[in-house]
Amino acid sequence: MGNTLFGKIWDKHVVKQITDGPSVLYIDKHFIHEVTSPQAFSGIEKRGATIFRPAQIVATADHNVPTMNQHLPIADQLSRFQVDTLIDNCNKHGVTLYGLGHPNQGIVHVIGPELGITQPGMTIVCGDSHTSTHGAFGSVAFGIGTSEVEMVFASQCIMQTKPKSMRINIEGKLNAGVVSKDIILYIIAKISASGATGYFVEYAGSTIRALSMEARMTICNMSIEMGARGGLIAPDQTTFDYIQGRTFAPKGADWDRQLAAWKTLYSDADAQFDMEINIDAADIEPMITYGTNPGMGLAVTGSLPTMESFTDATEKQNYEKALKYMGLTAGQSLLGMPVQNVFIGSCTNSRIEDFRLVASIIQGKQKDPAVKTLIVPGSQEVAKQIKQEGLDKIFEAAGIEIRQAGCSACLGMNEDKIPAGEYCVSTSNRNFEGRQGAGARTMLVSPLTAAAALLTGKITDIRTLLN
Amino acid sequence: MQSLQTITSKFIPLRIENVDTDQIIPARFLKATTKDGFGKNLFRDWRYENDDETKPKADFVLNQAQYSGAILVAAKNFGCGSSREHAAWSILDYGFKVVVSSFFADIFKNNALNNGVLPVTVSDAFLQEIFAQGPNDSLSVDLAAQTITIDATGAFETFEINAYKKTCLLNGYDDIDYLLSMREEIAAFEAKK
Repeated sequence: MGNTLFGKIWDKHVVKQITDGPSVLYIDKHFIHEVTSPQAFSGIEKRGATIFRPAQIVATADHNVPTMNQHLPIADQLSRFQVDTLIDNCNKHGVTLYGLGHPNQGIVHVIGPELGITQPGMTIVCGDSHTSTHGAFGSVAFGIGTSEVEMVFASQCIMQTKPKSMRINIEGKLNAGVVSKDIILYIIAKISASGATGYFVEYAGSTIRALSMEARMTICNMSIEMGARGGLIAPDQTTFDYIQGRTFAPKGADWDRQLAAWKTLYSDADAQFDMEINIDAADIEPMITYGTNPGMGLAVTGSLPTMESFTDATEKQNYEKALKYMGLTAGQSLLGMPVQNVFIGSCTNSRIEDFRLVASIIQGKQKDPAVKTLIVPGSQEVAKQIKQEGLDKIFEAAGIEIRQAGCSACLGMNEDKIPAGEYCVSTSNRNFEGRQGAGARTMLVSPLTAAAALLTGKITDIRTLLN
Repeated sequence: MQSLQTITSKFIPLRIENVDTDQIIPARFLKATTKDGFGKNLFRDWRYENDDETKPKADFVLNQAQYSGAILVAAKNFGCGSSREHAAWSILDYGFKVVVSSFFADIFKNNALNNGVLPVTVSDAFLQEIFAQGPNDSLSVDLAAQTITIDATGAFETFEINAYKKTCLLNGYDDIDYLLSMREEIAAFEAKK
């Protein structure tokens, strides 16, 4: 019987299988950032051990950094200390750091692919659940906890039980106004925030094949939002073209050798998955979330579920709790609701293509004066590209400021927060209570739907703004 | 890591589904560089009005004096969202040794086990039976036997845990020592790769 793409990569990295236990899994690349690494560094030091393979680790500062005035010292004392601790730890242990001010700095899941560090067939981990992003390149990439970060420091391996496999096939052409963010929001709404827990997901089908690398990263990025251990897409010519020529991509004869290996990375025709889901692209409309987990989503033109649609008492109670937090009513429509904030950024949607999409909608127009904006490129490189392509002029003319690279308002950890009680139409990945700041009300959307809200100050069907 | 064999304790019922790690420990408390002291901020925004420790929310179970114990019982899909191990550290630091739910998110489950906190997965029906008990009723968890018992009724279920993790937890071993001891084997694997 054939093997799945996930199975092929996983099996090749098993150093040892413990009887009735996890695999000792070899890790090719380890990304770290300031928030989930300090306790792992101090842990390894307490054991009197050194880092086993420092050359396979890349560090950046992203979660806790300001997105304005990055040339100045970080004002928040605790944030500054955490970022300084990362600098000290990287210096001490010989780990490459792309810190604040470095041209390679940015959100860890944006810079890895952008620099060509992320490559097909690799195992990749990071102390961040959105590490699944790197799966877009046909790698097995997933988020880990800090104890596991310490395991990788100690041995370049982690102990991990092999997840089950799921394939989600999406076939057909996308409707106008629908982009990859809508695909993943649609899938999560369909199978729920825990629908893929215990699985590693492969996204396949003609719709996926037609997507750019940026669009594929958006989909793999949100795999964790349905509970999946990770998500991946078989590499193809789109993947190879994206990687070729990037800073850390293989060169010359090495490129030819790697490329030949990458071309063997696909699920065999007779591979068996533990679960398969089929989706028709024509059924997907521009999506928005209304609740407090990413599974609570619907078409932007839709209506919220009615109370009567819930039969389970706990589920009904949870729905009521979410509605109360969000200030919404069962059965209502969202179209036309005023929006106080728009956030475009995060490891889900802060790449150059996302900014091109937004620019294509706002070009020659003005933002709604009442809307507050946080427009944040994912990396210094994306910021540079925005300028090179003149997109900054389009934003400026629309009355919108572009900030500096970082995680920003995705997680309410740095200075960028959404005020309590206000709505934020957001291209990020989580709408949990308080995620963007205590009391903030998040509605997850695509960059196109966010652009529509920028212009109208309301929840808007982007299709009404398309020619 | 602390070992864990058996525990009999009253429990705190948290009848909320999809408890994500942002609720367990909000991101603004992740600026620490040590593992200590997270317990006081566990479920911070559900516990206090306007982030004010002098204003506990009376309707939240951690603030209800009749409930206490080292076992937290939560509705399904506990620990979803971010990979922050700070969630497990908060739960441990608050004083919980066991978390019971009908369904756990993967990363949280690993993080809990790596810190000596035992996640116990029970059936939906058994979870409802537990929720039906009063604040003075206790639960008993026996890791060696892999059982969880409602002491008042004697009703019990067995739970799954892989044999390796069970041994680690029973003895307080951690994976890092094991992996450090494997360095030669790992180097040999690299050479063949």
